[in-house]
Amino acid sequence: MTPRDPALAIRLEGCAKTFADGTKALAPLDLAIGAGETLAFLGPSGCGKTTLLRLIAGLDSPDPGGRVWFDDKEVTPLPIERRQVGMVFQSYALFPNMTVAENIAYGLKVRGEPRDRRRTRVAELLAMMRIEALAGRAIDQLSGGQRQRVALARAIAPRPRLLLFDEPLTALDAKLREALRLEIDGLLRKLGTTAVYVTHDQAEAMALGDRIVVMNHGRIAQIGTPHEIYHHPADRFVAEFVGLMNHVSGEIRDGWLHCPAGRIPLDRETAAGQGEVMFRPETVCLAGTGETHLKGTLAASFFLGDRTRLLVDGIGEQSIVVDVVGPVDLPLGTPVPLRIQSPAMAAKGST
Amino acid sequence: MNVGTWRMGRGTNTLAFVLAAPAVVVFGAFWLLPMARLAVFAAGGQLGWAAYLAVVTHPRYLESLISTVVLSAAVTAATLAIGGIAGVFLSRHRFPGHGLLVGMLTLPMAFPGVVVGFLVILLAGRQGLIGLLAQALGAGKLVFAYSMTGLFLGYLYFSIPRVLLTIMAAAEKLDPALEEAARSLGASPRQILQDVLIPGLKPALISAGALCFATSMGAFGTAFTLATRISVLPMTIYTEFTLFADMAIAAAMSLVLGAVTWLVLALARNATGAGVAAAA
Repeated sequence: MTPRDPALAIRLEGCAKTFADGTKALAPLDLAIGAGETLAFLGPSGCGKTTLLRLIAGLDSPDPGGRVWFDDKEVTPLPIERRQVGMVFQSYALFPNMTVAENIAYGLKVRGEPRDRRRTRVAELLAMMRIEALAGRAIDQLSGGQRQRVALARAIAPRPRLLLFDEPLTALDAKLREALRLEIDGLLRKLGTTAVYVTHDQAEAMALGDRIVVMNHGRIAQIGTPHEIYHHPADRFVAEFVGLMNHVSGEIRDGWLHCPAGRIPLDRETAAGQGEVMFRPETVCLAGTGETHLKGTLAASFFLGDRTRLLVDGIGEQSIVVDVVGPVDLPLGTPVPLRIQSPAMAAKGST
Repeated sequence: MNVGTWRMGRGTNTLAFVLAAPAVVVFGAFWLLPMARLAVFAAGGQLGWAAYLAVVTHPRYLESLISTVVLSAAVTAATLAIGGIAGVFLSRHRFPGHGLLVGMLTLPMAFPGVVVGFLVILLAGRQGLIGLLAQALGAGKLVFAYSMTGLFLGYLYFSIPRVLLTIMAAAEKLDPALEEAARSLGASPRQILQDVLIPGLKPALISAGALCFATSMGAFGTAFTLATRISVLPMTIYTEFTLFADMAIAAAMSLVLGAVTWLVLALARNATGAGVAAAA
């Protein structure tokens, strides 16, 4: 193997994107991606995450004034073919007129690498992706998972300095998605290449991203580690988009939120007055003999195997979701005493 | 009706036969019978079955056949190049007036050959625009409406719309990510054309090309309006039929025209491996 280039750091300055029809896809934003970091762009469809990826890739250019830097070199005017990036698409985008091996070798071929070097590199990648047996196959003879493996190998073959993933697993079924996600994770760790991963699946973003950029309406809603995003969402949108969140309103005083159903401990000093708090389903448990914070009635219960999800009425405007470990054998309509195990967050501005 | 019976072999066969019957009758009555009659008719003249030989050996007939094939091949190649580029462009770019432009470009499809011929005369005839312009510029009178160039122009004119529409439909179905993937790997525009666009459009190019070639081989109206010096095969057939009343030769030439067209298309299809591409 040739010595690896040091990983690439990326910086975006004032990058906005307005489409030809006048649609504002991205509000001006700044973003820094560390060398070797895997950054996940997470958001609902139409939030601008793919547009942002295309700006970094060089498939689209930002509105005038926006600048893209790869290390200390400005690449804003460079098209994708001169940015040394590898890209993996949702539709796989494999060349149907070429075999698996020819697809993987394509990037090397257009760069004019000699035939024997190409062959060695292709063999290396076929082994890395464990698809040696498919080398001579036509693309239409492959399954979805195999296709995405080939696409991955093709993107990596020319040793790009940046790997870009545009919802690569969306077209696959749940089980395969999980398996390939683990594989991509291992691969990115092994290669150490800087990577940007676009997805609308929060589990994928949490598992793969060193940091997650949550996007909404062409803006960055929050940037943070999966832990920060999950436990300290910047706003209601992030809280709702990543995982499940309960909301209860009432009167805040002395570090507690008081409501007719009981009281909820708060994680920080909050000004007294009317307010709203948020807490995750897994931070609540059935009170049993210990201290009880809230009382509600059981509205529904779903056995999910590793846990049971309870919907409890009579506390918030909507049913409170409670995840408890193991089975729960309570008839519907039973009063349930609940305890909040870790203090709740005071809800900040809503979207 | 009982779905079970439909699944059974006999039921399916009977149904298939019933459904196919009209097609078989039409094929027999309007293709097989007239063709057979034509084939026999061609052999019923002075030359007998040698009429077929005469058509492909007699200098005048042979020249007509060759010039028709060459003209049609040239028109097909030019149409595919022009229509291919324009079709991909029009399917990729949306701009004000896009629909109107496509409408205008496809308008010539409705024109009969005579009108196309007339347009070529208006452009390059004795009183044509090009001639007048050339004269004004002191280049002498330029007239090529009645030559091979005029025919080529006329054929090109009515061929482009058909190819354009076929290519546009195919280009719209081509995954834009294919081209982006090739670009991300460092491919130049020429490499993308060669490795992504042409292979992706190949089935459409072949079917559009076949349509274009066959239409050119059989085009009559344009040739009839323009032809003073050249005789393409349909014109020769017409002349044999009306002027010399040699119906046997005319019939033999018709069949040869069909056979040659079919042969050229089959060869082209083989050479480009269309069988595989079309099936995929």
